[in-house]
Amino acid sequence: MNLAVRCQNVVKVYDTGEQKVTALNGINLDIAMGELMMLVGPSGCGKTTLISVIAGILDQDDGRCEVLGENLIDMRSKDKLDFRARNVGFVFQAFNLLPSLNAAENVSIPLIINGVKRAEAEHKAIDVLEHVGLGERWQSLPSQLSGGQQQRVAIARALVHSPRLIVCDEPTSALDHETGHNVMTLLKDIALHKDRTLVIVTHDARIFGFADRIAEMDDGHIIKVKGAK
Amino acid sequence: MNHIALKMLMGDKGKYMGIVMGLTFASLIMTQQPAIFIGLMSRSYSFITDVGLSDIWVMDPKVQFVDDIKPLQDTELYRVRGISGVEWAMPMYKGLLKARLFDGRFQTCNVVGLDDATLIGGPPVMLEGKIDDLRRSDGVIVDIDGARDKLGKPSSAPGGKPIPLKVGDSLELNDRRAIVVGIAKITRTFQSQPVIYTTYSRATSYAPRERKLLSFVLVKAKKGQDLNELTRRISETTGLAAYTQAEFMTLTYEYFMDNTGIPINFGISVLLGFIVGAAIAGQTFYSFTLENLRQFGVLKAMGTGNWTLLRMILLQAVLVGSIGYGLGVGLTAIFGFAMRNTILAFKFPWQLLMFSGAGVSLICVFAALISIFKVIRLEPAIVFKG
Repeated sequence: MNLAVRCQNVVKVYDTGEQKVTALNGINLDIAMGELMMLVGPSGCGKTTLISVIAGILDQDDGRCEVLGENLIDMRSKDKLDFRARNVGFVFQAFNLLPSLNAAENVSIPLIINGVKRAEAEHKAIDVLEHVGLGERWQSLPSQLSGGQQQRVAIARALVHSPRLIVCDEPTSALDHETGHNVMTLLKDIALHKDRTLVIVTHDARIFGFADRIAEMDDGHIIKVKGAK
Repeated sequence: MNHIALKMLMGDKGKYMGIVMGLTFASLIMTQQPAIFIGLMSRSYSFITDVGLSDIWVMDPKVQFVDDIKPLQDTELYRVRGISGVEWAMPMYKGLLKARLFDGRFQTCNVVGLDDATLIGGPPVMLEGKIDDLRRSDGVIVDIDGARDKLGKPSSAPGGKPIPLKVGDSLELNDRRAIVVGIAKITRTFQSQPVIYTTYSRATSYAPRERKLLSFVLVKAKKGQDLNELTRRISETTGLAAYTQAEFMTLTYEYFMDNTGIPINFGISVLLGFIVGAAIAGQTFYSFTLENLRQFGVLKAMGTGNWTLLRMILLQAVLVGSIGYGLGVGLTAIFGFAMRNTILAFKFPWQLLMFSGAGVSLICVFAALISIFKVIRLEPAIVFKG
């Protein structure tokens, strides 16, 4: 099996000064390339911490986490930035679009970070926006778009630089059922393929059916990994 | 990324305007108040700069500034003339005398007596009449501001503007008749007294009887003569103080700096302006960065490095700084232009532009630094917090 993510005994402890909170307590998890993995569990169980570690934006305190064959903790911060810029796409619960940039400009950001010229990046961004059904709205500011449309822009932004890993944090929790379903269909249809892995953190049981596998977490542990269907 | 930084900055119009306005205010107060201060201080030596032809001023060694007259004996003029390197030396009388006006009021005036033969040291610009008209009997030349205001005749309408003194009018100086033969434009003096020019002999006849009446000896050095060497020679030979024009200006300026509360008062005003401007602009810029912290976090998560974020913040700071500085300096210039014909002192040299530019830059750098510090320490995982 070609692995996209391999976590071995990953530990993360938050030291707030007054107390230490163990967010990840010896996580072992393999995620295959081309797989859609969902991380589920109650609030505070460590789901978001785990995708932060997998995405390379948070360092674990112990254990090993290989992402796309690279052990991120061993990387210099500059290399880790480049790794994220090239290989990771993000979809957030609150969309996190830059409010003063229009849809195409927002989508073009990962390309610009990767050194693509602005005009070329925006041209490609419009292409990707067409793929998510927003080709006509490329000039719209986030405030002029509905929640579902904003999330589609965010998906376009996560896809535009063809990353091999996309991490999504509660991508449907700010959306109604139908819109959430549409967003997941879109993600699965255009984001997922054999060379790309999706890791989705969610509470939303209505979308569990889209997953290839679901890892249930509680209290910093993975208590069960099961197939969704 | 520069494009994104600018869009982030200008996207929130309210905040953007707030930062620019803060910096405009800071820049305005850092230029306008010092410009008034410089204008006021330059008036302290404006009489010296208005006397254009001479290189060196000779006076009593105890003189502390241009209005601090300690008269010399007339014979000192001849001693100075006899010193090698002196092209010519001319007498000048300068003193405060009371003028009795048309309606019986008294007004203290600065009376300047010029060498009878050459009239050297006269007003720089004649608006009416000629300087040679001083040779006419009882002739005096009055400065335009004095003629319009303090020496003017009362208006026929109650509360109306005074009727300006004009050529042909007369006034009394120490019970002696003086006829206005010309109106001159001079640089306003610190004390803003009307200035009356006349010949040396006439001025000394207006002045109360004293043994010594010569205020200054104006000296022109021979061509190629080192001025510092000549001042030293004059001092050694005569025992008098001899200053180049620049030295005398500095002496006067420093007297006012050391012996009046003006520098402290204006210094406090400028400092307060700087602090208030810095606080407004710095705080607004910092809170702008704080509000955009999540956006910076998103960029950081996506792979934007700290140097790029630093460059973005600096670009934002430079942009708002430049606009605020330009507006502030522009408003100061408009203020100065609007006040050009009033009694208000205002001078806007290029050094002041540099000073306020440095001040605004300091504010921007400070605001950017505290913002950059926050962004550099920012944990990109912030983006996953709801």
